Amino acid sequence: MGLAKRIIPCLDVDQGRVVKGVQFEDIRDAGDPVEVSRRYNQEGADEITFLDITASHENRATTLETVSRMASEVFIPLTVGGGVRYLDNIRDLLLAGADKVSINTAAVFEPELVKKAAEKFGSQCIVVAIDAKQVEQARWEIFTHGGRKPTGLDAVEWAVRMVSYGAGEILLTSMDRDGTRDGFDLGLTRSVADAVTVPVVASGGVGHLNHLVDGVVQGHAEAVLAASIFHFAHHTIGEAKEVMAAAGIEVRL
Amino acid sequence: MTQTVAVIDYGSGNLHSVAKAVEYAGQCRVLVTADAEEIRSADRVVLPGVGAMGDCMQGLKERGLDLVVLGVIQEKPLMGVCVGMQILTESGEESAGVDALGVFSGQITQFSKSMKNLKGDALKVPHMGWNEVEQRQHPMWNGIADRTRFYFVHSYRYADATAECVVGTCEYGAPFAAALSKPNVFGVQFHPEKSHDAGIHLYRNFLTWDGAC
Repeated sequence: MGLAKRIIPCLDVDQGRVVKGVQFEDIRDAGDPVEVSRRYNQEGADEITFLDITASHENRATTLETVSRMASEVFIPLTVGGGVRYLDNIRDLLLAGADKVSINTAAVFEPELVKKAAEKFGSQCIVVAIDAKQVEQARWEIFTHGGRKPTGLDAVEWAVRMVSYGAGEILLTSMDRDGTRDGFDLGLTRSVADAVTVPVVASGGVGHLNHLVDGVVQGHAEAVLAASIFHFAHHTIGEAKEVMAAAGIEVRL
Repeated sequence: MTQTVAVIDYGSGNLHSVAKAVEYAGQCRVLVTADAEEIRSADRVVLPGVGAMGDCMQGLKERGLDLVVLGVIQEKPLMGVCVGMQILTESGEESAGVDALGVFSGQITQFSKSMKNLKGDALKVPHMGWNEVEQRQHPMWNGIADRTRFYFVHSYRYADATAECVVGTCEYGAPFAAALSKPNVFGVQFHPEKSHDAGIHLYRNFLTWDGAC
């Protein structure tokens, strides 16, 4: 027995409320982030990811306050992302109680930010979030702005570069699958996971508990992230772990 | 009287979770402080730490807290967490090499980048996530089942799992030390404040630990 594969419920938070869109559109309300994270904590979630999807300037204070409340009562790791652009944003989130901060668009426009952040705060708390879409057979590109803007960057090469800059983890989302419930893009997940030395969190598309198993077994992910499958009480984290354990995957029960 | 726990603040980032978890664990007053007098007069002391060992040692020394820590452990229980445990050893191999506090003999070295598990899969570094801790007899483990999982996130470790000061081991590629102890000192490589009920239980044990091994 050794290191367990992680199950990470994701809270997409818009103006202080948990929401989940289908392919980043149709938004549904799923509750107060502190309450929702408390429930996931009790159910045995291994970590929680909090994505501030509005991430406007005015919203910053609300996010910091929410993160601080979550960190005061949820004693499992908390990753926070969304609109992180400056070293100061990262510092503020870490001081508020985030354990890891996820950098997405800003990494694309200013890769040096990842290097500086890793040097200043340590690789263990710097996650680079990659939103990728398939552009041809076995090739995926990075898209920004909720999947609307192509960048021409190859997802696998980008992930390798971000790790060389000091990213301690890659949060990999398939924009083709996000919100579809069709399962992870396993080709994308495996290509990135096999190319980098740091853990990869698979994200985007979970509609069935077996998809989580596929992400680990076929996608080679260290951790699997899902949102709506847990939010609307379709399944508990415990059920997800039972399914993974039954498939021979080591999990924390 | 309510006891006081000092969480040493020496510029090593987020101490919020450590302070909150200790408060949550049991009745005590938690002070997050860099003040030598406050640390010396507390009933117990927690030495946290994240990031690089070199930065942590520098932060401690700049504030003159290295000597305070060495003084504290002559008198009362101190718990080191993650890099806070690592700097209690003699040295670390990261960057140009770091001289540490030397409370425990031995040094902190990097995980190899070419480790494999029993199935032959390459192991990722950092070692990040929930792993089992095999306990050796120690009062700090009271009420916590052997092989309970705790949350780890680190790229360097105390590799000599057979050293006398080791009171808990973990396996990642090879065994390494998850917990070190000597009278008045208990250090853990994992993060109890991120380890859910088991972690809170460990902090609760710390609040009543008399410092004996």
